[in-house]
Amino acid sequence: MTAVMPHLPALQIVVPLLGAILAGFLRRGPTAFAVALAVSWLMPFIAGALLWQVLGGGSISYRLGGWQPPYGIEYRVDVFNAFVLMLVSVIGAVTMPYARRSVAFEIDEGRQAWFYCMYLLCLTGLLGITITGDAFNAFVFLEVSALATYVLIAAGRDRRALLASYQYLIMGTIGATFYVIGVGLLWVVTGSLNFVDVSARLAEAATVQPRPVITALAFLTVGVSLKLALFPLHSWLPNAYAYAPSFATTFLAATATKVAVYLLIRLYFSVFGPTLNFQKLPVSELIIGLSIAAMFAASFIAIFQTNLKRMLAYSSVAQIGYITLGIGIANKAGLTGSIVHLANHAVMKAALFLALGAVFYRIGSVKLHDLSGIGPKMPLTMAAFVVAGFGIIGTPGTVGFISKWYLAVGALNEVGWPLVLVIMASSLLAVIYIGRVVEVAWFRDPSPTCIGASDPPLSMLIPLLVLTAATIWFGIDTQWTAGIAGKAAGMLVGGLK
Amino acid sequence: MTWATPECLLIAALIIPLAAALLIPLFHRWPNLRETVTLIAAVLLCLTVIALLGPVLSGVRPQWSGVEVLPGVAFAFKLEPLGMLFALIASSLWIVNSIYSIGYMRANKEPRQTTYYVCFAIALASTMGVAFAENLFTLFLFYEMLTISTYPLVTHRRDSEAMASGRLYLILLLGTSMVLFLPAIAATYVLAGTIDFAPGGILGGKASGATMVVLLVLYLFGIGKAAVMPFHFWLPAAMVAPTPVSALLHAVAVVKAGVFCVVKVMVMIFGVDALAAAGQSGWLTVVAGTTVIVASVVALKQDNLKRRLAYSTVSQLSYVVLGAAILAPISVVGAAMHIAAHAWCKITLFFAAGSIYTAAHLTEVSQLNGIGRRMPWTMAAFAIGALGMIGVPPTAGFLGKWFMLTGAMQTANWLAVAIMVVSTVLNAGYFLPIVFRAFFRAPPEPTHDAHGGHEVHGEAPWPIVLALTATAIGAVALFFLPQIPLALAQMMIGR
Repeated sequence: MTAVMPHLPALQIVVPLLGAILAGFLRRGPTAFAVALAVSWLMPFIAGALLWQVLGGGSISYRLGGWQPPYGIEYRVDVFNAFVLMLVSVIGAVTMPYARRSVAFEIDEGRQAWFYCMYLLCLTGLLGITITGDAFNAFVFLEVSALATYVLIAAGRDRRALLASYQYLIMGTIGATFYVIGVGLLWVVTGSLNFVDVSARLAEAATVQPRPVITALAFLTVGVSLKLALFPLHSWLPNAYAYAPSFATTFLAATATKVAVYLLIRLYFSVFGPTLNFQKLPVSELIIGLSIAAMFAASFIAIFQTNLKRMLAYSSVAQIGYITLGIGIANKAGLTGSIVHLANHAVMKAALFLALGAVFYRIGSVKLHDLSGIGPKMPLTMAAFVVAGFGIIGTPGTVGFISKWYLAVGALNEVGWPLVLVIMASSLLAVIYIGRVVEVAWFRDPSPTCIGASDPPLSMLIPLLVLTAATIWFGIDTQWTAGIAGKAAGMLVGGLK
Repeated sequence: MTWATPECLLIAALIIPLAAALLIPLFHRWPNLRETVTLIAAVLLCLTVIALLGPVLSGVRPQWSGVEVLPGVAFAFKLEPLGMLFALIASSLWIVNSIYSIGYMRANKEPRQTTYYVCFAIALASTMGVAFAENLFTLFLFYEMLTISTYPLVTHRRDSEAMASGRLYLILLLGTSMVLFLPAIAATYVLAGTIDFAPGGILGGKASGATMVVLLVLYLFGIGKAAVMPFHFWLPAAMVAPTPVSALLHAVAVVKAGVFCVVKVMVMIFGVDALAAAGQSGWLTVVAGTTVIVASVVALKQDNLKRRLAYSTVSQLSYVVLGAAILAPISVVGAAMHIAAHAWCKITLFFAAGSIYTAAHLTEVSQLNGIGRRMPWTMAAFAIGALGMIGVPPTAGFLGKWFMLTGAMQTANWLAVAIMVVSTVLNAGYFLPIVFRAFFRAPPEPTHDAHGGHEVHGEAPWPIVLALTATAIGAVALFFLPQIPLALAQMMIGR
């Protein structure tokens, strides 16, 4: 054990990477699934051990290949990214058992092994972005996860997914290009790629050459915002989520955008924060403005969707608005709201997409009118949908409420009354788009498509119910979510100028 | 009996209705057993709450704390006198309402009765949570749970009209609570550093006069269940629900939770003295008074009996708000008394309306000529309920109004006095004609049209008559035996 412990940061990445290669070589769906399951179930233990260590005190610095930072690549774990590592790992572990039947149903047999291979590569990329302390290494992992994601989206039988994937490929590449330009500018002015080192050198660089620093900030903001689907750079997301296989949608919705948000917060608060005064730049206002636009516009569009996966995708864009809003508010309570909403939104949105995946598994459709009266036919599935839906609305007793509370308190301390009313008013739109589904599913007569439907097999049902229970549990007992998020936010805000 | 500590009873009162909600679906196939579960739970709940009365009257404040949800805010319960009063009203009325429900739902052959009884039990659990909440978070949680659990009841018929009303119900109640009530709670937290209820309030000295006005506006309109105009539309719309649901909304739980929250926030968040010192009484009187008068005038014009009763509720709720708004201690006592009085009188009126519908299939006031001769029990109970709402002794309605009037005179709030006098006249104006029609107008000649509109009928089934007689007796008994609610109301304001 003592031999392994120091290398946990590397294992967090190496294990899924090797798993991906193994899954690719195995060629058969079920065996590849077994590999993916084993890896996914191992990840939370590694992430948990890392989280345990950093909660005990200080951050962990791991020198990859023994090269000393800032010359070599450094993996750096603090409370904030340990929390995100845990989030990504747990979502992967909880949802993975669901994949077996869902993937077997939605993906051609010959492609199933590749699907698991790509899932593991995507996991590697996401964990890599989170754990690395190196700006260029983050870019590499960004591309690893993105390329794997393009394949995941297009792996199903729905041919519209090809176009959606291509659209995401174009947008994602633009985003990655912007990011790498930003990193390049930072390298020019500071001569370093290590986040901590860049941050330390930035103060001097900014006084000598302020313009490239601001330009770098702008390029990085746009690049990462494309990845996290900040309104109005979200156009790739709805189609990608709507037409991807159910499991891919669930995993990506719960983790991919969250990791991009992580990167943005890391850049803002750990790299630029100690040097630049955000209040003097229009960054804060810009982020708050775009977040509000996302919360209203995307929620409003969600109301009119008939494809429910698309509806939830727009809902995700709106929920990302909540997360970025807290970044814009930039005080401890606001940022706590942001960070805790990474986890809270992941849990409830994953539950919602899993519920829709189960519906698709049973009736082959996620069109609203096909779900008419499906509630009594698939009672557990649709009850889970309702509970997770309450989470999206932000009903007290669910995780959504906790996030909203911190955002509201943060806004009251920083910006004032009107913003609080705006936050709350936007969640009223969620009442409409969630309520619409609940009404059709539970209060209408059954449609012909769902006459023979029933709850899905246990391997699909249990992950769904676990995430639904978590939606309630972490809405009441918040020490592992808001508690840790609060620590992370305190650390990040403490470093601001 | 060592296990029956007040703390255990407090938790039991929350768990009993929830357990009923879990058990009821198991007896889906056996309606008699299913209804037995409801009745047993209702009686058990009422006994549990009554067992808590002694300790509360002797000054014990049982409490229970769960995990800390937000910094400094726990999921916690604490029983104080006003909550005790509310719990007593709700739990005792659940018994009569259950008896009535059995008669009504079976006589009208309503579908989905299992869902109905489950939602009813969850609504009662939520009501207990609202009554027992120690802080605004816990209160808000159960407040929203009450809205959501009553939504399937309001939409019970599932036709397009019921669904449309359900949407309005949900959007208005969730909307006001999320957009106004919750920001008010968050602001209270930021200002006072706590959202625990405390005798005398927590905002005194922490907020400027202007901030207090903003907060009061947010609370007053944010608590949409109190149906202060213009957020009252959900209440008449919800009339599409079966009559026992209307009784639940109007008497047992929903609107009562609304005015309970308003009174509790005024007394235990702002503090009556702090509000009076800040001179907030004037505009509050105007806001509440406007609703009292306007809703009464609207009620005058309604021909549909249930709609008339609904607008009467809107008006009477603002009476409670008005009582609190006068900001004299005695008028706050009056407000609490009026919560109890209105509960018993209004449930009687709704039971009577449902009884008429069940026996005679009549819904409009203008159809009720001479119905008192065929349904003497129902209409006698209706008359008692109506007198109670007008405030005529010896009914429960008199006491609350008397205390409020006394308070208004003490504080020289002549506007409030005028509002109460005018509204009493209006109340008489929309209730007495119904009683007059029922007993003194000749019944219509039997017609023989295709629908057989006025076929011969007698009283409604016996559970219905039993329930409405019981509530009518309760409405009178409360006048002669007001000690318990009075003692609780006086303890609330600390005198």
